[in-house]
Amino acid sequence: MYNEIILAGFGGQGVLLIGKLLTYAGMKAGLEVTWMPAYGPEMRGGTCNCTVVMSSREVGSPITSHPHAAIVLNLQSIDKFESMVRPGGIMVMNTSLINRPAVRTDITVVPVPCNQIAVEAGAAKAANMVGLGAYIGASGVVDLSLVKQVLVETFAGRPKLVGINQICLDKGFEIGQASAAVAVR
Amino acid sequence: MKGCEAIGEAAIHAGCRLFFGYPITPQNEIPEYMSGRLPQVGGVFLQAESEVAASNMLYGAAGAGCRCFTSSSSPGISLMMEGMSYMAGAELPVVIVNIMRGGPGLGGILPSQSDYFQATKGGGHGDYRVLVLAPSTVQEAADLMIEAFDLADKYRNPVMMLGDGLIGQMMEPVEFRKNIDPSDLPAKPWATTGCGGRQRNIINSLYLKPEELEDHNWHLAAKYREMAKEVRHATYKADGDMDVLVVAYGTVARIARTAIDSLEEKGIKVGLFRPVTLFPYPTDALLQTAARARRVLVTELSTGQMVEDVRAAIAGRRPVEFYGRVGGMVMTAEELAGQIEKLAQAAVV
Repeated sequence: MYNEIILAGFGGQGVLLIGKLLTYAGMKAGLEVTWMPAYGPEMRGGTCNCTVVMSSREVGSPITSHPHAAIVLNLQSIDKFESMVRPGGIMVMNTSLINRPAVRTDITVVPVPCNQIAVEAGAAKAANMVGLGAYIGASGVVDLSLVKQVLVETFAGRPKLVGINQICLDKGFEIGQASAAVAVR
Repeated sequence: MKGCEAIGEAAIHAGCRLFFGYPITPQNEIPEYMSGRLPQVGGVFLQAESEVAASNMLYGAAGAGCRCFTSSSSPGISLMMEGMSYMAGAELPVVIVNIMRGGPGLGGILPSQSDYFQATKGGGHGDYRVLVLAPSTVQEAADLMIEAFDLADKYRNPVMMLGDGLIGQMMEPVEFRKNIDPSDLPAKPWATTGCGGRQRNIINSLYLKPEELEDHNWHLAAKYREMAKEVRHATYKADGDMDVLVVAYGTVARIARTAIDSLEEKGIKVGLFRPVTLFPYPTDALLQTAARARRVLVTELSTGQMVEDVRAAIAGRRPVEFYGRVGGMVMTAEELAGQIEKLAQAAVV
């Protein structure tokens, strides 16, 4: 397995965090992993993306121009990364902030209203978790339980936040799995 | 851990308890990490007023016999060049980490390999060299960092770890395989530790009598020849005959691996030669490996620096080409694969 994923959004959405959660989960699953961030000087706004590589053999380049998957949380990100996804790949798109349909017809598109779902669950800031859950559901790249374990460890200082983040992961996961089932047909 | 953090933690594992530095992107995580970790282990973190000051603080601490290190990035390393020349002249063991960024001048904050000349040919004034190590993964950075302190002590010389913004910012799994307690480190009989009961030690690089300075310079030169035994390299898919041998170091070597893997499927035989020590340079090993290739392609994040050493090593026996990106732009594996493929298909005259 050699899997390159780009996660992208604006500064403050927690893009780097979900990238890290995915990376740590891959580590727990015994995979070779790298996480490479790219961001501007702004703490909020601006662009923000990270590249996660998960592999059963040693990882070569930590950056890619043809990822197997993209999780795009805002319009700027889908505009930048949609065309880069490999044919047959997966793109999770946050329809709460992206007001256009996907252009590609040769990849599995997973539209998810991340912000809406997060707000309904009671944590607007956890929209990123919905997106991550959807990718995991659609790809099966790691077990969701590993991601949840990593979440507990990452939020060790703020245990009260774990529950709501896990709920958002689950909601995204369900949507992702359903999409994958459609794609297979 | 981030490459930067792993480098910092490795220093602690090497028994280093002193860091003097200054912020500059993309290595800020190193001083940040040290500022938290050093007090935990009874060490001292000091943000100097400038890189010039930091390099002189290192001179002092090393002269007093303590393991110490600093990190900076290109423009900051330039500020330390006078200090490095003094440290080399006074034969002081220091580890200096350069997380390279785009230059020249203030340049940019994105990754680059444009300080190769500065690192390997001296950088500061005078007839001196530093041992230069170039890791390609976060694990290797951690391993080499611990070794860097041992090498610095062994040769009483500055040792430079040459990284770039990619390895500094990238996160990978890392294990720390050694842990040295500073109290277990052998004493340094030449250091200024308070001279009760012995002849006083002097740490100095000034030799006004030309005969003495001449002797001192030849002594240093002999030391640098001794350092040749520390030469190190790695290869990837380079054991048999090759259409092209790619020569690259640091993170560019990893990008080359991905490119090479993609070309294997097309039946193009490409191997990689990756120097791990940039000084001393693995000249003999490179020549031996290049003998099995029709052509050599050197790839760097610069307008061509290591390629000069490759050309010198190969001495006309094989055609040597160069492909580089600069300014913080980084080649993708696809891009590099395209260049290799073109070269593989070109006829050799």
